[in-house]
Amino acid sequence: MSQIGVDRWVEESESRQQQYSGWTAPARRAFDKVRPGWRLALFLGLAALYPLLVSPSGVRIGITVLILAMLALGLNIVVGWAGLLDLGYVAFYGFGAYFYAIVSSDQLPAHWPTWVAIPVVVAATALLGALLSLPSRRLVGDYLAIMTLFFAQVFVEVVRNFSRLPGEPTDITGGPNGITGVDPWTVFGFSFNTFNRNFYLLLGLLGLLIVGLYRLNDSRTGRAWRALREDTLAAEHMTTPVNRLKMLAFAVGAAIAGLSGTIFAAVQVGVFPNNFMLVFLITVYAALILGGLGSIPGVVVGAIAVAFTPEILRNPGAAGWLFYIGLLTLLLVTLRKRPMVAAVVAGVVAFGYLLRAASLAIWGDTILGVPNDTFTGGFLDGWLLILGEHQDMASNYAFVLAIVGVLGVILTRGWWRVVALIPTIYLAVFVWENKLALQPSITRQLLFGGVLMVMMAVRPQGLLGTRRVEIT
Amino acid sequence: MEFFLQQTVNGLTLGSVYALIALGYTMVYGVLKFLNFAHGEVYMFGAFAGYGVLTVLGGPSALVVPVWLAITLMFVAAMTVATGIGVGLERFAYRPLRRASRLAPLISAIGASFFLQAAALLLFTANSRSYDAPTLIPIESGVTVGPIDIWAVRILVIITAVILMILLTLWVNRSRAGKAVRAVSFDTEAAAMMGVDVDRVIVITFIIGSALAGVGGVMVGLVFGRIFHLMGFIAGLKAFTAAVVGGIGSIPGAMLGGLLIGFAEAYTTSYISSTFQNLIVFGLLIVFLLVRPHGFLGRPDLAKV
Repeated sequence: MSQIGVDRWVEESESRQQQYSGWTAPARRAFDKVRPGWRLALFLGLAALYPLLVSPSGVRIGITVLILAMLALGLNIVVGWAGLLDLGYVAFYGFGAYFYAIVSSDQLPAHWPTWVAIPVVVAATALLGALLSLPSRRLVGDYLAIMTLFFAQVFVEVVRNFSRLPGEPTDITGGPNGITGVDPWTVFGFSFNTFNRNFYLLLGLLGLLIVGLYRLNDSRTGRAWRALREDTLAAEHMTTPVNRLKMLAFAVGAAIAGLSGTIFAAVQVGVFPNNFMLVFLITVYAALILGGLGSIPGVVVGAIAVAFTPEILRNPGAAGWLFYIGLLTLLLVTLRKRPMVAAVVAGVVAFGYLLRAASLAIWGDTILGVPNDTFTGGFLDGWLLILGEHQDMASNYAFVLAIVGVLGVILTRGWWRVVALIPTIYLAVFVWENKLALQPSITRQLLFGGVLMVMMAVRPQGLLGTRRVEIT
Repeated sequence: MEFFLQQTVNGLTLGSVYALIALGYTMVYGVLKFLNFAHGEVYMFGAFAGYGVLTVLGGPSALVVPVWLAITLMFVAAMTVATGIGVGLERFAYRPLRRASRLAPLISAIGASFFLQAAALLLFTANSRSYDAPTLIPIESGVTVGPIDIWAVRILVIITAVILMILLTLWVNRSRAGKAVRAVSFDTEAAAMMGVDVDRVIVITFIIGSALAGVGGVMVGLVFGRIFHLMGFIAGLKAFTAAVVGGIGSIPGAMLGGLLIGFAEAYTTSYISSTFQNLIVFGLLIVFLLVRPHGFLGRPDLAKV
């Protein structure tokens, strides 16, 4: 696939890097031969089977995944392609959701038909995006980021406090209570009023969006966006209409967010200010960064990974799997030699035995609590301390020490690293069993924050993105 | 008039704290040309470190040491913890990204901020804590200036902030290390070629910025009482506003901007409505960014090819 405007060497550097090795190589080469259209069809086909296999709550999770995927794809236009760091993105999502909720509920009261409401909401969100892009004419990088972040804050504040505006008889946004009783999408008398119907609606929209974005990426506009990202000044000198392109990126991104917002409001049958906080923005960013900035399949994969994580964490058994497999993978990656990994695991267990024996000798076995080993099936019982009374305090200290330990492992090399690994892993397991496994929502936050940091340091292109060649 | 003066003192207190946090933003921006999003979290951990020391020393009502010693120890602990976190961030989250694209350190900083917030939530739970400073230093103590009484804690905060700012200004302008900071901030590559150890300068900048943020955290705890795991986010945004309004990269600018934001917030809260307090501060920033992006005392950035 050759693209106009890509330098030969840069183009070839990708293929040079992509010489697969290892046992997955044949499969990956075969996958590369599949045309993008068939890949999409395969993905949509598999996704369409999903609601048939899971319970209604599983379908609800699927809807979350699809909404997150759409949002991440929209954000990808602004951040991944045009290279503008937009931290106010979640406000467009909120704006779309609120606008739709206001015009299709008893709030005004108004019940606009879907075919009126959706175009109006999407157009209004796009307009808002275009408006917010105006500052980007003058502001770049960090300034633009902080300004859009302020916009997101202002949005939440306005929505939350609108009811308290002096002289306003009806609170349009419902204040902190939000708006409830939002109508579902209804097209030609067909109402999307169940999870299954909404799932297929979203899946269809996502398919259309992916096709559209794929075309857009290779279009003149898409190439101009990438030029803008790589070097705005040079692009401008090549007579690229920089300001118009920035505005377009913001507007298209916002429109996609607005559209996702309307479905979100309809599925949730309501909107609340807390749905559009910074936490959610970070979730969208985590999906985008994990999958790979700029890559459409990457973003979808990232959204799936990020949206399923909290569900996995909520289930103690599955969370255990995730944690211990992750730990083992990390060990394999850092040590690279299997005998060494076995030695370290043995070391951790031995360390645990000693520590447990010492603690019991000093404080007696009154400090022990009840282990929550749904997953490990008693494997930890012999050597890990599961505390009772002092669990909270001890695990706090252990958490801080574990972070210090991880940083120490990063800093050390060779044998020292192996030595540092043993207590660090012990502490990590200790904190996990005593604290993190019991608090899934906080664990998720830690995980997402950590993912953003680690990905930037280790693999800034994400799981499926292509490494960018920096030309200086 | 009395009310107005009271609010002015209020704004001055608030402004000193914002100025201290803004200094961290502005100094880091000066040397690294990137926005340390996690700075607000450093300040939050400073506040919690102060609280920890206060609790260890027996709590506000049953101190085992004299009050002045307790407060000094709180400041020292906050500075230590904040510095540790700041330097850790620099070493592990930002230094590996020195040569990466502009987006990378910003995203890493957002991740760090989120991570630290979650860590605080994990360690300290979602309950807000209180220094209960009126028990520590009675609210009646202080001085009477004209028609108003000023609480001793407020005087302590304002004076400490002023002293720290004077020391910082002297250090930056007079000392050898300060000269290195200015050189790196002016042109990193040229400074490196002249034998300035850039990595060291960056670490020093993080140490000073974080220590000031830690002091700011304890001050907020003393004056306004409540500390909680999300306090760093909004305060960080406001301090950043202060840094921008003053002209990012400029040290006197950050002080000026901090005071300005403090006054704006105090007057808005008292004369208009506390609901709109944040809206007005953010609105101020948006207007400022659009009209005068380099702030009061900053230099306009010229793009060089």
